[in-house]
Amino acid sequence: MSVTNEQVRHIARLARIAMSDEELDRLVPELNAIIGWVEQLGEVDTDGVEPLTAVIDQKLRLRDDVVTDGNCRDDVLANAPEAHHGFFAVPKVIE
Amino acid sequence: MSEITGLTIAELRDGFRGGEFSAREIAEDYNAAVEAAQLLNAYTLTTPDEALAAADIADQARLGGNPLPLSGIPLGIKDLFATLGFDSTAGSRILGGFRPTYDSHVTANLRKAGAGMLGKLNMDEFAMGSSNETSAYGPVISPWRRKGSNVGLTPGGSSGGSSAAVAAHIAPGATGTDTGGSIRQPAAFTGICGIKPTYGRCSRWGIVAFASSLDQAGPMARSVRDCAILLEAMAGFDPRDSTSLDLPVPQWEANLSSDLKGKRVGIPREYRIDSVPAEINALWDQGIEWLKDAGATPVEISLPHTKYALPTYYIIAPAEASSNLARYDGVRYGLRVDGESLDGMYSATRAEGFGAEVKRRIMIGTYVLSAGFYDAYFTKAQKVRALIKQDFRKAFESCDVILTPTAPSAAFGIGETTDPLAMYLNDVFAVPASLAGLPAMSVPGGLDGLGLPLGLHLIGNELDEQTVLNAGLAIEERAGFTARPERWW
Repeated sequence: MSVTNEQVRHIARLARIAMSDEELDRLVPELNAIIGWVEQLGEVDTDGVEPLTAVIDQKLRLRDDVVTDGNCRDDVLANAPEAHHGFFAVPKVIE
Repeated sequence: MSEITGLTIAELRDGFRGGEFSAREIAEDYNAAVEAAQLLNAYTLTTPDEALAAADIADQARLGGNPLPLSGIPLGIKDLFATLGFDSTAGSRILGGFRPTYDSHVTANLRKAGAGMLGKLNMDEFAMGSSNETSAYGPVISPWRRKGSNVGLTPGGSSGGSSAAVAAHIAPGATGTDTGGSIRQPAAFTGICGIKPTYGRCSRWGIVAFASSLDQAGPMARSVRDCAILLEAMAGFDPRDSTSLDLPVPQWEANLSSDLKGKRVGIPREYRIDSVPAEINALWDQGIEWLKDAGATPVEISLPHTKYALPTYYIIAPAEASSNLARYDGVRYGLRVDGESLDGMYSATRAEGFGAEVKRRIMIGTYVLSAGFYDAYFTKAQKVRALIKQDFRKAFESCDVILTPTAPSAAFGIGETTDPLAMYLNDVFAVPASLAGLPAMSVPGGLDGLGLPLGLHLIGNELDEQTVLNAGLAIEERAGFTARPERWW
């Protein structure tokens, strides 16, 4: 399978990365080379194989249902490009 | 007395405790060496005052008779680790100016063990690269050069600042992270040691995420013993990482032994690749002889899915990366570039903040996770990953540790490898152990014909770092690798 210019534009939109036409043109053959290469996995018989999700067998732990952090609003906001009144600030989304 | 910066961590520790020199002298010598080595571009930030402050505390602790395990030892910290009050940027523009209000679990552990910090080390952007060329700070230049040449070489990647700093003696040891070879390949390229422990030994909390099911921190240093010392301090259970192993940290240093009697060393036939230079295969054969000499028995093993490891990795790692890197949206930290709308702000921020390789991987990851392609790519790769894991399970029924070369070449020149696929092939020997979550280490074995270091790679069974370190020690003792880059910087 290979990707078209149009598909790559769609992927860039999904990934929220603005791209110029020149950038897209450059990326299409690169992505196709990589996608063509990973497709060799098609040769491997994986019938009946369970997908691996945890590389070391272990149970997901449960912790007590209590507050373990908090009261650190200023720390959370310390690196925000823009913060007002104790909140992250973003461009206006509702007119 | 030999030069302080020429000593191993074990030697520094013992000399400091024995009163041969103070922690302050160690920190001052290293601060001066770091300052004088700016041409290498190994550090993105230097923190000489931080190193001195830790040294003064260490000197006080020694006077009080209570030095900590790493008292007096200043380290370089890969810029992927969050460090309280110091910029932590993952080598990316998008995290420019990000100053964490917390420490990663690993760096907090190192601080608690008494270690100081010399600075933050350069790296491939978000640890995506094998040559350090994707860093927003520009490439690190290896202290090594080919015989009779002054072409700038790569120190490997992604932990290239770490490898260059340790090899150039501007840090006695450093933290690294390894997702698909990022500790081991740079260690091999620069003639140092580096170990990636079993997945889950070191907490990922506070380490900028690349591919969460693969990312593991580990030490890089000048000897096997130093790696054992550092790993003991870095590892340990952390409830804030859901995949952290709730197990006691073994005494790796105290249990070091190069006596391999009764140990079986697996030699995987699929790692004999024709395109690999003869010198590398010859070093591999030499490594087998060294381990035999230490008492081990070589056994041929088969890891049949080896050739599918890289393509599996290049689906899983970008998929996880595309998801992890979705958080860089210009809202909570780092760069923000204004756009016409909220969405436009996201897209403009990410367009300007990410470099070409990171964008490429986000795009691949987004594609393989997108509707209609998920099963064909991502689920398929997870299935092949299960088969790769099974290969190792079977192999470890007939052997205790596996020996291979670390990388398919010696260090290459900066700018020499421009094709992304050719770059990915650098990790052909390193990636399978990453996919299987196994401990693996690179130890220097010798020099190639051009005078560049080559590494040998040891892969152990789950949780068996000790056998990996012991086999590493056996190689280290026999290889007698003392070569150093001639100073040009």
